Amino acid sequence: MNREGRGATTPITIGAGAPQTFTGNRALDLEEGLLFEIGRAEVTGVDIEEAADFAPRLGGHARTAALELPGLSEPEAMRHYVRLSRMNYGIDSGLFPLGSCTMKHNPRLNEKMARLPGFADVHPLQPVSTVQGALGVIAELSRWLLSLTGMTAVAFTPKAGAHGELCGMMAIKAAHMANGQTRHIVLVPESAHGTNPATAALIGYEVKSIPARADGTVDVAAVKAALSPDVAALMLTNPNTCGLFERDVVEIAAAVHAAGAYFYADGANFNAILGKVKVGELGVDAMHINLHKTFSTPHGGGGPGAGPVVLSAALAPFAPVPALVADGAGLRLAEDEGQSGAAQALGRMSAFHGQMGMFVRALSWMLSHGADGMQQASEDAVLSANYIRACLRDVMSVPFGERPAMHEALFDDAWLEGTGLSTLDIAKALIDEGYHPMTVYFPLVVHGAMLIEPTESESKASLDLFIGALRDLAFAAKAGETERFLGAPHYAPRRRLDETRAARAPVLRWTRPAPLSEAAE
Amino acid sequence: MRYLPLTPEDRTEMLARIGAPSVDALFADIPAAKLNPGLDGLPGHQSELSVERTLGRLAARNVPAGSVPFFVGAGAYRHHVPATVDHLIQRSEFLTSYTPYQPEIAQGTLQYLFEFQTQVALLTGMEVANASMYDGSTAAGEAVLMAHRVTKRRKAVIAGNVHPHYRETIATLSRYADDGVTALPPAPNGAEDILAAIDGETSCVVVQSPDVFGHIVDLKPIAEKAHAAGALLIAVFTEVVSLGLIEPPGAQGADIVVGEGQSIGNPLTFGGPYVGLFCTRQKYVRQMPGRLAGETVDADGKRGFVLTLSTREQHIRREKATSNICTNSGLCALAFTIHLSLLGETGLRKLARLNHANACKLADALAAVPGVKVLNGAFFNEFTIRVPGKAADVIEKLAAKGVLGGVPYSRLAPKAGLDDLILVAATEINTDEDRAAYAAALKEVLA
Repeated sequence: MNREGRGATTPITIGAGAPQTFTGNRALDLEEGLLFEIGRAEVTGVDIEEAADFAPRLGGHARTAALELPGLSEPEAMRHYVRLSRMNYGIDSGLFPLGSCTMKHNPRLNEKMARLPGFADVHPLQPVSTVQGALGVIAELSRWLLSLTGMTAVAFTPKAGAHGELCGMMAIKAAHMANGQTRHIVLVPESAHGTNPATAALIGYEVKSIPARADGTVDVAAVKAALSPDVAALMLTNPNTCGLFERDVVEIAAAVHAAGAYFYADGANFNAILGKVKVGELGVDAMHINLHKTFSTPHGGGGPGAGPVVLSAALAPFAPVPALVADGAGLRLAEDEGQSGAAQALGRMSAFHGQMGMFVRALSWMLSHGADGMQQASEDAVLSANYIRACLRDVMSVPFGERPAMHEALFDDAWLEGTGLSTLDIAKALIDEGYHPMTVYFPLVVHGAMLIEPTESESKASLDLFIGALRDLAFAAKAGETERFLGAPHYAPRRRLDETRAARAPVLRWTRPAPLSEAAE
Repeated sequence: MRYLPLTPEDRTEMLARIGAPSVDALFADIPAAKLNPGLDGLPGHQSELSVERTLGRLAARNVPAGSVPFFVGAGAYRHHVPATVDHLIQRSEFLTSYTPYQPEIAQGTLQYLFEFQTQVALLTGMEVANASMYDGSTAAGEAVLMAHRVTKRRKAVIAGNVHPHYRETIATLSRYADDGVTALPPAPNGAEDILAAIDGETSCVVVQSPDVFGHIVDLKPIAEKAHAAGALLIAVFTEVVSLGLIEPPGAQGADIVVGEGQSIGNPLTFGGPYVGLFCTRQKYVRQMPGRLAGETVDADGKRGFVLTLSTREQHIRREKATSNICTNSGLCALAFTIHLSLLGETGLRKLARLNHANACKLADALAAVPGVKVLNGAFFNEFTIRVPGKAADVIEKLAAKGVLGGVPYSRLAPKAGLDDLILVAATEINTDEDRAAYAAALKEVLA
């Protein structure tokens, strides 16, 4: 294995002469048809007792038409989904350096804990006397989150990061309303995640963009210039999406508060500062925490997440219902606006009481790490990102000079100039090397951005191999071996997919093919 | 610490390569006075065994649904989930994968999402479904916002018999978006006049069927009136298994159908994570929130799947996006689609019929208890009983006797003045013994 990157210069030849197979499979690379092509409506993989004859009470609303839902026997189902799973890349497959997404190890202890019947088999509307342990999990999780952030209260019901943003921004709007103020503008840096402006717009705010300065951080002067009595809030990610800590954050927060506005922090990058700094001491009023990033709950192919929001004393009264209240009888829920414990609640974010399954997993991670382990995890995440940057900066290009990165190493595409290759080509070639690509073309403020987040979960050997692969790709790109990139990926279950075609005439579901006689017409 | 692979020697070597004197030098941009604040009160790291003990103690302080006669529903339902489902969703390649933005190495996720979308569309009788929302209630909130975009109007009518949590979720979102909501009062007997509330400014009418009291609602006349007024019909369900037995909303004129998918494939887990289902007509697809998987081909002409129509979404359109949603309920959608492909049409119909049969038996058993009145004529697997006195007290007393007998409506809507109603659910998990135990306990409590 070439760990240094580019010692040998042998051109790599791609799959020449490999024979076609009858099945389309290639040994362990197995093709799999659609459920609708292999299942049959008369087959079922679940044995269900037949209801004895009875008189239905459906009031004439019985379904008459067939559903046309195919069924699979249990062995068929097992094989279908196992074969599909093998076309996926996960954290357990290898290093997953997806910037901004914190793809860290997902301990299986957390899965085991979440499946205890006392957590998994409990209904949200059981009498509270029968769920004191579940409420205890929320209380304990809240205690940890408040200790880690130095904030006052936790809104625990938001179901993901963007939902947490919505909750935090609603709390800000509620606070302004309670003060008899109507403000219309929310300031968002150009480098922000798309969810920030989308969230502000969703609840009627006009979004005003704040430019980044040359070093990739937000300029206090630019924030001050944009502030006015019509500004409701600043939304700022810290560490920001360029992987840098906003070093003027305290001054920015003070300016925001002086203008009567609130400071919303996007906590997507919380993994960099766990135990290293408390955001409450930086002047933050609200911050969502992605339990599926920092606290290791599985990403699950795109969810579910959990996005509890920590609130400052100024915003704490506006936390949504239900609120958790401790009194003499134990823990209870204030489930209605106006009830004691939720007198000024902003309203309700969703049915029930948040993502309990994710709370248990996150708490399991917190207990496992403890205060010392969490701080070490953040330090290792930051160390690993800076190590990658140090080892690659001579062959790739770094946009913002000498300042240390936090938990992400950001590169631009200046180093690809003259090669005829793009950031996307590098990403696809990385797939052939057995890696999930880094985040590409984000943040938008960096041309051809490549954002690498190794997390704390990688050994040094793993980091070195990844660095070696990227160095080799960099040499190959500069040596003009364009076929290795333009045709990539060569070895994935699929080559590059035609996304334009998918969007031009969308096929969003399977439909039964027309019979041959009709198709011929 | 078992999760951290770097050794002290590794860290020293890496710092040397970076050229930093210490790890804190990497945090130099954090104001020095704020760095390393100390985490007083938080314990140090623990072994796996120790964590199991701590969390096991908390779990033991809850009463699991499976340990008692259990009849709680009202938006979350206890069904039997085949062992295969939980095994498959824990496959590493599903569990630890990310949103499929790199489709060449995410065909597993993309194909099951395409299958999921098709199953949901078939169930609801709609043309297209998205790749999931957080849950049924937030899907309902998003449906109202979508109806505003489609109709360019901003006043929604919410039926009184929509689940109170869903009503509040919609109302909260609408209030902060500066939109109008006309929320009708609840009608526990099922005789609700929705038609009179629809006028020329109405963007949409939100109706749940089976509704929160269990009544099955005829959506056709509501759809006709809504369409005549230029409004959309949003149909909501909280019990997806009902679609195996009752006429789907798509066949009754609904323009958007949203609901909770938890019942298929997903455990109760104290309210989340669940999976929101969201469907509409093809002509409105570009106004939909959320991710969509679509079919295409790769460079070799092989069929494959990608996320598509993403110009609707926040990561491309930012403040002009149709929603701010990013993460959805991928793994819960996987559990749903696996369970439903095991059931198939045959299994789902049998399951739905068994649920209905058990609910009919339970309704008869409870109606025979002196003082109890069943309010429903037609229902699926959930109905409402009126009891003498406060429903919340009755439920507490039943719990003390080891029966979880349902949800007092007053818990969902404390200000509605409907304090004597209990929402009761029956599913395939209930036995004859469970039903007899419930009727006997209720008789004692009310005596």
